[in-house]
Amino acid sequence: MITLMQKFIRSIFGDFFGKRKNLRIGLYGSPNGGKTTLANKICVDWLGEEMGSVSSVAHETREIQIKEQVTIKSKGKELSFNLVDTPGIATKIDYEDFIKVGMKENEAKNRAKEATKGVIDAIKWLDDMDVVVIVLDATKDPYTQVNITIIGNLQARDIPVLLVANKIDLKKADIKMIQSAFPQYDVVGISAKYGNNIDEFYESLFKISK
Amino acid sequence: MLILQFMPFDEIASLSSDKRVSKLLEIVKENKILLLEGRLRKEEEAELIKKTMETIDDDFKGIEIGVIYPKDKDKDFLNKIRENMINLLLGDRRGFTIMGPATIVKEIKQDPNKIQLFTTSYTPKS
Repeated sequence: MITLMQKFIRSIFGDFFGKRKNLRIGLYGSPNGGKTTLANKICVDWLGEEMGSVSSVAHETREIQIKEQVTIKSKGKELSFNLVDTPGIATKIDYEDFIKVGMKENEAKNRAKEATKGVIDAIKWLDDMDVVVIVLDATKDPYTQVNITIIGNLQARDIPVLLVANKIDLKKADIKMIQSAFPQYDVVGISAKYGNNIDEFYESLFKISK
Repeated sequence: MLILQFMPFDEIASLSSDKRVSKLLEIVKENKILLLEGRLRKEEEAELIKKTMETIDDDFKGIEIGVIYPKDKDKDFLNKIRENMINLLLGDRRGFTIMGPATIVKEIKQDPNKIQLFTTSYTPKS
């Protein structure tokens, strides 16, 4: 209710005080879905440089990262936005998982602590997004409470959502599973790592950002 | 031994969002699996994740949570509005929420009509 009121006030007074200059597009999802890989792909394609580091160990992105003034072009159209890469949202973080992949105890505990702060920041930033791309690992069951909570909160805030089924280069990938879990949303299957179907993703970004 | 604690929605109905979330987390931190009648609001679910993250330490590793919620596709427009108003004012008592500590509940798999709960071999300290 409060967020709806905030949105209403913003829509009325936004015009009066001058709207925020740049569209803000956020990449959200669970850890290891490929948010930063997609952010890097977008930045390399349109700015010629990467945005952040990627790793197979979960919670590599533990701080909000912003790339300003990204402009993408397609079929004579242009879309400029600030790209926000967020830490993966999780309901549990166990430092022992990091020890299992070879980290020392102190390093693992630090990473866990930073990761918890990252999740909190990612949730706080939901209110500041104009459009959200939810990056899902297409090889995994999408019907998790984290995904349902993120989508539900965006719906409540009336923020446009695009679902990306990432990792379609992998045999286990199943886009239909994501479509049937969230039938009310458009789903674009891509491989952020290899660039498969990335043009369709950019087209969908234009459509959702209207 | 696993302890499953049932909580009728009435127990949290009159609480503020903040207190609702804190109450549920307190129970889960006692190494119990909580079965709540109904569900939290969307913003409360997000708040629950935030609060969980603030609470994580060497012993408490977070939570697993799942919600079973009936689809209301057969209801007409007026009934949906009426139900949404009631849910907004009194809370949503349909379906149920299950949550437990991540040290005990390894994974919760869910679809709209079914929940599977996988437990770990962890034995809580007495």
